[in-house]
Amino acid sequence: MAALELTDVRKVYGTGDNETVALDHADLTVGDTEIVTLLGPSGSGKTTLLSIAGGLLSPTSGSVRVGGEYIAGYSKRRLTAFRREQVGFVFQQVNLVPFLTARENLLIVAELAHDTKEATAHADRLIEELGLAHRRNALPGTMSGGERQRVAVGRALMNSPKLVLVDEPTSALDSTLGAQVMELIVSEVRGRGTAAVIVTHDRRITSYADRTVEITDGRLAADAVTA
Amino acid sequence: MRLALREMLRRPGRFAVAVGMLTLLAVLLLLLGGLLDGLATGSTGAVRAQEGQLLTFSATSRDSFVRSQIGAETRAEVDAVPGVRSTSGLGVTLVGARIEGREEFENAAVWGYEGGVRGVPAPPPAGQAWVDRRLEAAGARVGGTLRLGPTGVPVRIRGFVDDTSYLLQAGVWVTPSEWRRVTATVRPDRILPPGSYQVLSVDVASGADPARVATAIDRATRVDGADTTSTLTKQAAIDAIPGVTSQRSTFTSIINTTLLVAAVVVALFFALLTLERTALYGVLKAIGASSTQIVRGLFAQAVVVAAVALVIAEVLTLGLGAVIPREVPLLLEPSRAVTSAVSVIVAALVGSAISVRRIIRIDPATAIGGGA
Repeated sequence: MAALELTDVRKVYGTGDNETVALDHADLTVGDTEIVTLLGPSGSGKTTLLSIAGGLLSPTSGSVRVGGEYIAGYSKRRLTAFRREQVGFVFQQVNLVPFLTARENLLIVAELAHDTKEATAHADRLIEELGLAHRRNALPGTMSGGERQRVAVGRALMNSPKLVLVDEPTSALDSTLGAQVMELIVSEVRGRGTAAVIVTHDRRITSYADRTVEITDGRLAADAVTA
Repeated sequence: MRLALREMLRRPGRFAVAVGMLTLLAVLLLLLGGLLDGLATGSTGAVRAQEGQLLTFSATSRDSFVRSQIGAETRAEVDAVPGVRSTSGLGVTLVGARIEGREEFENAAVWGYEGGVRGVPAPPPAGQAWVDRRLEAAGARVGGTLRLGPTGVPVRIRGFVDDTSYLLQAGVWVTPSEWRRVTATVRPDRILPPGSYQVLSVDVASGADPARVATAIDRATRVDGADTTSTLTKQAAIDAIPGVTSQRSTFTSIINTTLLVAAVVVALFFALLTLERTALYGVLKAIGASSTQIVRGLFAQAVVVAAVALVIAEVLTLGLGAVIPREVPLLLEPSRAVTSAVSVIVAALVGSAISVRRIIRIDPATAIGGGA
């Protein structure tokens, strides 16, 4: 089963003369263990696509299927539960909760779902895997940029998602750290047999993916295999 | 909610301003409440202590003790009203009282009574008095002498009684004849003949409706269709004491205004905090937090801020109460502390609720695209 299927998806902002088409009849399928980079310049619609795939935005029209669930018609409440249970996000600016330790930043996902029974062991395993065992009780303010990114990746994997959505993971990092972060993301996603969509404007990142799809003015171009 | 409480533990300094301001407002509330209670208690104790459920004044007195006069004939008519079990005559005169061995005068309310006063034993023998404990604080001692009025009518203190003040003057409880003797030295124009009193305290028979009995009394004492008595319930008589109602309404207005200020302070604080946290809330929503969960956390923080402020305020107020001069009628009662605590917590919840709309409107999509 595909991790993500977008069929004829449109997203239009505004009405009449002020209408802006952010995503125009987009079709995209991501296999259940596939890593896809979505490459495009600013304003190309890649963020809109990522938001629709993650249930942060609802499309104007078209079908969105994530892990077998059709989410296009979901209410806000159902979308909240969907995000909590089915997808993992790695944000551009990391966005950890500043007053929680590394371990607690992972556990927050389980706490929001009121599911902390097995979460503690899961969080500890992730912390170990991410090489953060010695920093488990550190606050984000005392961590390096790379450590924070690793915590963010761990948080995205806490709910064992079917699809991980990564937003410009290297935009704020130098090339060495950017490469390390990408290797980490790819290794963790592949290690779990999960799918990922990585949004970027940095062509160097495409080498980490199975496939790259370019987006310009809201339109997806033909697929290109880069792996 | 755990997230919100953890934030308070990890970043207590962030909430210090709100706690500080609420503490000051809570101290003000507790002091205002304590003063209101002190004034009300000190003004009304003698009337509250009446065992009779009704008080009968003369109609022309406008429900004032000192202007009222009930003669023996009227009393007999009241006694005959169905539902009246018994009546007790009462009279009061406000005088200066000098405690033996002291130069300065203390304020006293000399009550002539026949009995039926809760907490005050039967009238003492002539020349003796039950004295309110306020005067003990001023230096009076059992067995000592109290000199009443400008001529210093001496009465020996037989014992102390609690909560029997009137118009913030300590109650001095004597026989009716002793009271007439003291009144003659202060207000010779207001001396009442034996058998006459200012007011009757009316004990209503069990099963009888006090309101109906009051109406029946005033009907029974009519002369040529005109009322000669005005019978009030004890609460109405308390409200008729000069200053009591205006004190209560004034203090209540100030207390309500202070609560409004507390709500505004909390509202501004949490509005600023919410504005500052917009990005964080966006991220939390993106990873699956519902608006309800975030709002619950906000309310939990508001309640904790209020609770911490209340605890500090209570300690500060008790400290102030211990050093405040005894002339200040401050009465710190647990019931007032509870009422103030509930009011402040409700004000904090109402204030923090101002941010609910903003929280609901935070779009989780702002977390994506570097917007967060």
